Amino acid sequence: MIAFIIRRLLQSLLVMGTVAFIAFSLFNFVGDPVNNMVGQEATEAEREYIRQLLGLDQPFYIQFMRFVGNVLQGDFGQSYRLGQPVLNVLGDRVPATLELVFVAAVMALVIGVPMGVYTGLKRYAISSKLMLTISLIGVSLPTFVIGIMLILVFSVWLNWLPSFGRGQTVNVGWDSNLFSLEGWKSMIMPAITLCLFQLTLVMRLVRAEMLEVLRTDYVKFARARGLSNRAVHFGHALKNTLMPVITITGLQVGGLIAFAIITETVFQWPGMGLLFLQAIQFVDIPVMATYLLLVALVFVIINLIVDMTYYFVDPRLRTEGKGGGH
Amino acid sequence: MADSKTIEKPIVEEHMGLFARIGDSFRRFLDGDIFYSFIHSPITVIAFVVTVICFVLAAFAPWLAPHNTNDIATLLLDNAELPPFWSSYTASWGEELHGRTEFLLGTDPDGRDVLSGIIFGMQVSLIVGFGSVILAMAIGITLGLISGYIGGKTDSVIMRIADIQLSFPAILVALLLFGGIKSVLPPAERQDLAIWVLILAIGVSNWVQFARTVRGSTMVEKSKEYVQAARVIGLHPILIMIRHVLPNVMGPVLVIATINLALAIITEATLSFLGVGVPPTEPSLGTLIRVGQQYLFSGFWWMTIFPALALVVLALSVNLLGDWLRDALNPKLR
Repeated sequence: MIAFIIRRLLQSLLVMGTVAFIAFSLFNFVGDPVNNMVGQEATEAEREYIRQLLGLDQPFYIQFMRFVGNVLQGDFGQSYRLGQPVLNVLGDRVPATLELVFVAAVMALVIGVPMGVYTGLKRYAISSKLMLTISLIGVSLPTFVIGIMLILVFSVWLNWLPSFGRGQTVNVGWDSNLFSLEGWKSMIMPAITLCLFQLTLVMRLVRAEMLEVLRTDYVKFARARGLSNRAVHFGHALKNTLMPVITITGLQVGGLIAFAIITETVFQWPGMGLLFLQAIQFVDIPVMATYLLLVALVFVIINLIVDMTYYFVDPRLRTEGKGGGH
Repeated sequence: MADSKTIEKPIVEEHMGLFARIGDSFRRFLDGDIFYSFIHSPITVIAFVVTVICFVLAAFAPWLAPHNTNDIATLLLDNAELPPFWSSYTASWGEELHGRTEFLLGTDPDGRDVLSGIIFGMQVSLIVGFGSVILAMAIGITLGLISGYIGGKTDSVIMRIADIQLSFPAILVALLLFGGIKSVLPPAERQDLAIWVLILAIGVSNWVQFARTVRGSTMVEKSKEYVQAARVIGLHPILIMIRHVLPNVMGPVLVIATINLALAIITEATLSFLGVGVPPTEPSLGTLIRVGQQYLFSGFWWMTIFPALALVVLALSVNLLGDWLRDALNPKLR
């Protein structure tokens, strides 16, 4: 057990190390960092001074260690584009993205699971087939097209919802959209856009798992014992479908953060994704590197948690001992 | 070496070259199960027809498009902001504007024909789509063959890289690659090379699936007699991989390639929509949607909805074809 966790932690550290190295390479080999910081007119002596100040005259591995040290202390450098420390720039962006991702994930689960159960139980009903067909089209629609359609219908034609930005936020330690009607109005369309793909995924997954589980012996036995449909469906079947659903949704949270880039662009939502995109357009390397590190960290943590949950929930993994987390 | 050449000859003929094999399987395809299942699936036939129409339009865009949208000299401001031919609206200056059959799907603020824009945009989208799929296939097949044939340490290194890349969404990988490669290029060439960078970024972000599939099939093929025979007569491993193993693992690769084409088209459109894809001078479908979106609130819905529709129809058709191909090639489902 402890060996498993340690191995997993080491693997995560390795991934983080690799990503940090890529980020560091971006910093140091793309363009001349000194040129990025001083103007064209700086004298050679000034350049040399800055080079020493930044430690660029040191050997490669010492520079890398220093970079890692800075990052661990929360110093991600200065944004070339905005001229501020990256950490300050990120400060109010992170909660915006996390709130959006959180709402989208909850929506995907709350709507996706019941739809999956329904289509799994009533396999041949027309309504199930309709839901499946719609979900297939939903998967084929690119995220940004869905967003534009929503804006066209609800902002341009009906004029019900604002089409961009976060609107009014309430400060609850961070600026939040969750505690006011206005905030929800701004939040709802981006959240729907972001969750749609995940929703169909959850629905199809639950459906497939339900079909699988309903064929098993213990469900037949439960029926033979004369339990009500409700007890069989929800007590026996659904409970056993939820494990893969939870883990896959967990893994998909990483995907949501990535796809938030698109949603945030469509709705001009001031989150991390929008910041990252602007960084790419302006080749603002410190911001790119920071985003890379942050996203990698989130991915690694989620993967770690999912692996651990697997380990705790699925007893088979424990008896296999060195079987690993997959 | 001369010895092995003479022995090698009949084996090569027996197994045929890659192209002869494809030609032969195409003939078999026409009177086989697959064609039967194709002709009996109306949705697939429609998807096929739509895909072919899109391909032909894109390939012959300069001749088939009603207007040349890349030629600025032909643009007239008199024709700007016209609605689709069946509708009309009242412009901001009070004049009632009617659509004209000359511009079936309306025009943009510069007087560009939306339909022609879509056709030229489709060309760029498909070039990037095909380019990146071919690249992903080349990388994936090469690494998959090496990984599956050689095995051992090489295999585990390649597959570990694949695992790590797969845990990040392809779109994020493509974005990062695009940003990374772009920042290495000198600023003056960024615009000109954008399409190539895009193909590279999308291609590299999609190789894993090919590699995994090819690796799996290669490991199966490797233990079969014909490969062992080829090995016994002393053929070079690279020759065995290319001439003997590769033709026999192409089936699943074609399925993945088709589905990947749809994915690549959508990825390209997404990147261009985000403003990090092709430059506005060579608009793809994604660029058209992005530019059109700015005029959504002016009521010019046709500038963004029609390119979006074209993108969805194209991607959906290719996707449906891929789905059908996957089922048709899967003997379990027949």
